Amino acid sequence: MMGQAIQVLVDAVSVGGLYALTALGIGLIFGVMRLINFAHAQLIMIAGYAVLLFFAQSAALAVLGAVVGAVLLALLIERTAFRPLRGADPATLLIASFAVSFFIEKTMIMLVGSRPKGVDFLSALARQVEIAGVRLQLLQLVTILVSVVLLVATTWFLKSTRLGLEMRAAAENFRMAEVLGIRANRVIATAFAISGLLAAAVACLFVAQTGLVQPRMGLQLVIIAFVGTVIGGLGSLPGAAFGGFLVGVATILLQALLPPELRVFREAFLFLAVAVVLVVRPQGLIPARGLKERI
Amino acid sequence: MELAAERVSVRFGGLVANDDVSLAIAPGEVLGLIGPNGAGKTTLVNILSGFQRPHAGAIRLAGTEMTGRKPGAFARAGIVRSFQAVRLFRGLTVSENVEVGLVGRGLGRAEARRRALALLADFDLLHRAAQPASALSYGEERRAGLARALALEPRFLLLDEPAAGLAAAEAEELKRAILSIRERHGCGILVIEHNMALVMSLCDRIHVLGGGRTIASGRPDEIRADPAVRTAYLGSTAA
Repeated sequence: MMGQAIQVLVDAVSVGGLYALTALGIGLIFGVMRLINFAHAQLIMIAGYAVLLFFAQSAALAVLGAVVGAVLLALLIERTAFRPLRGADPATLLIASFAVSFFIEKTMIMLVGSRPKGVDFLSALARQVEIAGVRLQLLQLVTILVSVVLLVATTWFLKSTRLGLEMRAAAENFRMAEVLGIRANRVIATAFAISGLLAAAVACLFVAQTGLVQPRMGLQLVIIAFVGTVIGGLGSLPGAAFGGFLVGVATILLQALLPPELRVFREAFLFLAVAVVLVVRPQGLIPARGLKERI
Repeated sequence: MELAAERVSVRFGGLVANDDVSLAIAPGEVLGLIGPNGAGKTTLVNILSGFQRPHAGAIRLAGTEMTGRKPGAFARAGIVRSFQAVRLFRGLTVSENVEVGLVGRGLGRAEARRRALALLADFDLLHRAAQPASALSYGEERRAGLARALALEPRFLLLDEPAAGLAAAEAEELKRAILSIRERHGCGILVIEHNMALVMSLCDRIHVLGGGRTIASGRPDEIRADPAVRTAYLGSTAA
């Protein structure tokens, strides 16, 4: 019984980690541009296809390919689609992000077809390990480890580096940051590059878990993670990561705790919980400071 | 080497906010900008700092045309402004707020931090450096705003009602801070201010706006004696 509880917990935390990384990628872009970037799903997807392309050569090459692919696509999207719209109102940006998202997804379907393709990526991690009498999947532990490392690294970057400071200032009050000499193009491009990096990490872990890539992958992750950023408090990065984590954990716990006949309604329960959170705390759990006092 | 507005005009729909206004600030000078509410003072500061493009006229910095450039370009050229409400980044620490201006000029984090602490010490805020900006009192927030503005090494500093809402003692402290900025950094300072005692004792020269036009310009004693200013603005309180 105890062992089973720990298994569920590890499962929940590892899924929570994936959602936290996704939510952080979305939250970074929202922070500097007030853009809810649904095309984040396509960053995950393109990284998935990079894995498909290279996994037969070596796992390291596949990971590298995923990172390069997702970062390049993120920078390309920023330069071609979102830079011309800088300063447009949030609704325009949102619609544009849907357009970009659909465009890339449909182009991909045209190029490679919509059928899922199997990928035998990091299958060595699929085996079980026994820790203190509890059997756990190695991949889940790796997922938790990677999530923690990336969250800590992102936090360090934002706190301790020059670009990180510029990014936090720009996220709170973009115009003021510009007045203080912060170069908007560099800060925003960096935010997109980091969101690409996070998307690549999520893609690698996700592909290793499911063994599949397809043009539509990433979308469900992004929608749930977006819900997480809203719960956490839009515009707040700790809020985004925490909200994403919470939503991921909740999904797995609902799956484990709901009676079997209700499990198909898992998402309905999840969104009910989300609605309750938003009624009680409309600003989110860790609201952003300064969001209301922009110039 | 002066900052000049040359015959600038700005209209908002039918409202004329600035009408053919000319004004120049010299390095090392403290210039007061006064006038009743709606006289166009903030609009003029907006024009001088690139936040508002004039419909006619030009802004020149040491003879170089600045009209139409973005606020960031004005800031990099050394024209730095404050706002009526100090806009510190509330999610950053007090020190980080100042560091933003320094890294914006190309310094690394370590050097930026060193200089930020030195600036905060100048404004008696060193003990607050590591705290979030949201924890500051009103007067401290104003001084932190000045420290952040100075991080940009301004040649010209435009202050929009820096003493608004300050108690008399705090206003006196602010006056000393402004004069020490002039002394140490040698920058030209423009101050919009309603506190007449402060303006008269702080400024070398005063420019008076009324209804968007220049009413008078001169030394504090000249302004105090100017009949047009007395009618338009100072009224009986000037005595």
